[in-house]
Amino acid sequence: MITDFEILETMKMFNEQHLDIRTITMGISLMDCAASTVEESCNKIYDKICRYAGNLVATGEAISKKYGVPIIHKRISVTPISIVAAACGATDYTPFAKTLDKAAKACGVNFVGGFSALVQKGYTNADKNLIESIPEALASTEFVCSSVNLASTRTGINMDAVADMGRIIKKTAELTKDNDALGCAKLVVFANAPEDNPFMAGAFLGPGEPECVINVGISGPGVVKTALEAVRGQDLGTVAETIKKAAFKITRVGELVAREASQRLNVPFGIIDLSLAPTPAVGDSVARLLEEFGLAECGTWGTTAALAMLNDAVKKGGIMASSYVGGLSGAFIPVSEDEGMIAAAMSGSLKLEKLEAMTCVCSVGLDMIAVPGSTTAETISGIIADEMALGTFNNKTTAVRLIPVPGKDVGDMVEFGGLLGSAPIMAVNNASCADFIHRGGRIPAPIHSMRN
Amino acid sequence: MASEKNTAVISVLGKDRTGIIAGVSKLLCDNNININDISQTILDDIFTMIMLVDLKDLIIEESDIKEQLDKLGEELGVTIAIQHTELFDRMHRI
Repeated sequence: MITDFEILETMKMFNEQHLDIRTITMGISLMDCAASTVEESCNKIYDKICRYAGNLVATGEAISKKYGVPIIHKRISVTPISIVAAACGATDYTPFAKTLDKAAKACGVNFVGGFSALVQKGYTNADKNLIESIPEALASTEFVCSSVNLASTRTGINMDAVADMGRIIKKTAELTKDNDALGCAKLVVFANAPEDNPFMAGAFLGPGEPECVINVGISGPGVVKTALEAVRGQDLGTVAETIKKAAFKITRVGELVAREASQRLNVPFGIIDLSLAPTPAVGDSVARLLEEFGLAECGTWGTTAALAMLNDAVKKGGIMASSYVGGLSGAFIPVSEDEGMIAAAMSGSLKLEKLEAMTCVCSVGLDMIAVPGSTTAETISGIIADEMALGTFNNKTTAVRLIPVPGKDVGDMVEFGGLLGSAPIMAVNNASCADFIHRGGRIPAPIHSMRN
Repeated sequence: MASEKNTAVISVLGKDRTGIIAGVSKLLCDNNININDISQTILDDIFTMIMLVDLKDLIIEESDIKEQLDKLGEELGVTIAIQHTELFDRMHRI
């Protein structure tokens, strides 16, 4: 028998603490959509996505109504387009992005991820084509997200691709400068990218994944913060225990929704990704949650330790709640999407270097950070290289989603709107790393990659 | 998802006034929904009522029960939510 206390606690989680299912993401394999012409391949892609995902939005809404659980996004992830497009003969893959955009609109979803390439060890011709197509693809579509995996612990870091992506990010910013370089908010580079991540902009369906699969991303930093408010002043063991309990409950909601969506859509259930993903709304902030540990402001000393503990305890609670926890699972630290991070960045307490340190122990990386438009492609590549090294050498996923906003400098603000929020332009160390980036080649895999 | 029982929790939160229980009970009766359990308390000055109801054959998402409760909630100046009990079982029991 469920007690009144438990019912009221649940109501408060949804009504006051912003607990929500952040996304139901349907992964759709496009392996069978390769064709010898662009037109034939795009037709196959459009038909297949609409066939598989036609009921996704209605199903999400029905589940939301049954349980009174907000389900914010319904999204689609697909096989990396560099694989699907390889046989088409063309070099410009923008039509594939436009097809994904059209299919997303037809299905009523708000993002489709997978305009992607996996190049951690080197380029195929198609990978090169895809990467060169990214700026135009993101500038000419609304709902398409792009990601490139540049490094892995098993293979090392593809520094040629790191150099290219600095240039591609700059070009994407330039092509979307009328919208404060919004294209860059839909583009992320990874080390050790998970193949089942339901969160954008990095979602794609890896080559080892099934034909079609349901992955669910669930959030709730506000729930964890409220739980911690009840144990103020108590020791850190109690804090860890409290986070685990909250994470358990949150993950259970996700699993219930994922299994029900899977059954209704007759598609296998893949994973739950329990990621504390903030939104710009007050009370939905990871920074404020870190401050609840006893920090005056996010970014001060102790922030990395608190984040490490938070990330770990979230995973432990989640793993107890579901046997299939995957994706990124942990805590996201995007700057523009987090009210507390924005405040800390504006006050000067949170700097890019501190964020880099935090990414050693968070679940992803340097996320949604606006930098001056004058930042060079080589410097952006240098930032990426450092972040890829953290992921590769520490055996974790890391990522970079930087937005060099043309015409803006430190002290300016950018407004992306909606869940993407707003961000102060952060200062970048501009001492040149160009000679390092121009060396090219591969950084060899770390010694601990030799585990077989 | 196949559930053993088709029950739901109806929760009513808001400022106390006459006719809340009467209004909700009548609406449920009109929809052939049986009340299994009911509890009521004033928590932090907020009137809180929790009902455990047997939905029988009614499927929440395929009916307009949620919309009816929303409308009644507006008339009474309170928030009324209906949620399938499986949510609470999954969240609070190992």
